[in-house]
Amino acid sequence: MSTNVQTVPRRHPVPVEPLPGYGVKRGPVFVSHADGERASAISKVGLSDICLSYRAQSGERLLALDHINLQVRTGEFLCIVGPSGCGKSTLLHLIAGLHSQSSGQILVDGNPVQGPGTDRIMIFQDHALFPWLTVGENVEFGMKMKGVPKGERRKKTEHYLHLVHLGKFKKSYIHQLSGGMRQRVAIARALATEPDVLLMDEPFAALDAQTRDLLHDELERIWSETGRTIIFVTHNVREAVRLGDRVVLMTFRPGRVKREFSITLPRPRSLEDPEVALTARSVLDELREETNRSLEAEYRNGIKPRISPGASV
Amino acid sequence: MKRAARFIIFYAALFGLWTLLAKLKVWPPYLFPSPWGVAEALYAGFQDHTYWIAIRVSMQRVLLGYGISVVLGMVLGLGVASNKFLEETMGGLLVSLQSLPSICWWPLALLWFGLNQNAILFVVVMGSLLSVTLAMEDGRKQMPKIFGQAGRNLGAKGFKLFWYVLLPASLPFIVSGLKQGWAFAWRSLITAEMLYLSLGLGQVLMMGRDLNDMSAVIAVMLLIIAIGYVVDGVVFKGMERHLQNKWGLTPA
Repeated sequence: MSTNVQTVPRRHPVPVEPLPGYGVKRGPVFVSHADGERASAISKVGLSDICLSYRAQSGERLLALDHINLQVRTGEFLCIVGPSGCGKSTLLHLIAGLHSQSSGQILVDGNPVQGPGTDRIMIFQDHALFPWLTVGENVEFGMKMKGVPKGERRKKTEHYLHLVHLGKFKKSYIHQLSGGMRQRVAIARALATEPDVLLMDEPFAALDAQTRDLLHDELERIWSETGRTIIFVTHNVREAVRLGDRVVLMTFRPGRVKREFSITLPRPRSLEDPEVALTARSVLDELREETNRSLEAEYRNGIKPRISPGASV
Repeated sequence: MKRAARFIIFYAALFGLWTLLAKLKVWPPYLFPSPWGVAEALYAGFQDHTYWIAIRVSMQRVLLGYGISVVLGMVLGLGVASNKFLEETMGGLLVSLQSLPSICWWPLALLWFGLNQNAILFVVVMGSLLSVTLAMEDGRKQMPKIFGQAGRNLGAKGFKLFWYVLLPASLPFIVSGLKQGWAFAWRSLITAEMLYLSLGLGQVLMMGRDLNDMSAVIAVMLLIIAIGYVVDGVVFKGMERHLQNKWGLTPA
């Protein structure tokens, strides 16, 4: 086993430094007030005992997420991997406040999440850019909703478009861009609202390998330049190891945190690094079991397991 | 080029047949007016401003009525699409009401509003409201959910979410419904105008009937067709093309 990976067999979240009051088994991780500031500096996003159940079409109640406990540090790049149907995307939707969990609590900076907020911006797999707006207007959108004055909006739009190397495409429409460019616009749009936390839901899954490599480099650079906290969901272990400070492995239905891997490989990394491959291997070994369970369920039911609860706007 | 040729040949043949039948005097002119008779009626109508006034009055009415329908229909449609209870109860009612010709509301409209503009407006609204409502409901359901999620995620909510996200996102899906609503509004208006002395195109048409001036009747019919066609071809086609360009729905 690689020396660069510390596998932590775990049942409960293991922050880098134990949080005061962390020993509490159930319920939100409350931190004593005297230490509140320090604790929130450690833990940007805290999930405690998140459960999500939903009613399947057959009428029975199914548990999608089972007591998820997770602490994400400020500025951390956290990757969540798991087989399809493990609820990793759903977990991201919960943090974004687009759905609500059945029980448990999500804290951002110590405040419980109650619906969407521009401190947490999601980047979707199929970019979800607005086709009726130009690239520039898309990037401006979040700021416009916030009521940022026009001049400032323009300036920031320029800035963030340059950051993703799309300065020249401000006036283009979305359908005129390639897949990789669209995803870069999505990143610029997310960054432009200046969120503390970026929630990325398999953002590069639909891209070709070359474009993905390029975007990995860009994302790593942007992350180190802006110091944002990133929670990145993927089914690609190699990608998770290449990007993350930490990789969280989830189980297949119900979604639980199976294991966490601290990735201490030096940056910048590359997918081709032998160390990345080696580390990914050890994560993959753990993942394989879950993937098999996922595939078995898929063959048994003849349909792809669907666990996202009916989203309504 | 070929298409234009076919177009010209078809209409030339149609016009030729009309001229021929009129020349042969198969039917007397007061039953079957000739093309030059219709042209004269058109000229005279525009000359003494009758048609200009009629067009202006009718357009004002249809724009007002249709505008009310669009606003109300969008709110209603959105409500029905996003509320399960409304969908189950009102959804069926809306579909069944659509089978009712809007002029059936005329007697009620007369009692409620009196013999005036508002009665006509009411019939126009009832004619187009349902189309717009059903189109909006359908469009709202067809619209990819991800846009709403992304919008909320970026801080849009309430009216802003509707105005900046849900409405533009559903436009490509409701534009054909809006077009249908316009067609119904236009027909309802002309029908209602024919029943009431009202200055509009419908009344001018009825005046032609009363004077036994079939040339004038056909002249007004042509005007009604022309206006409907222009709005459809210019306004709605333009809107569709604009949306297609923006969304990239047509191969470039």
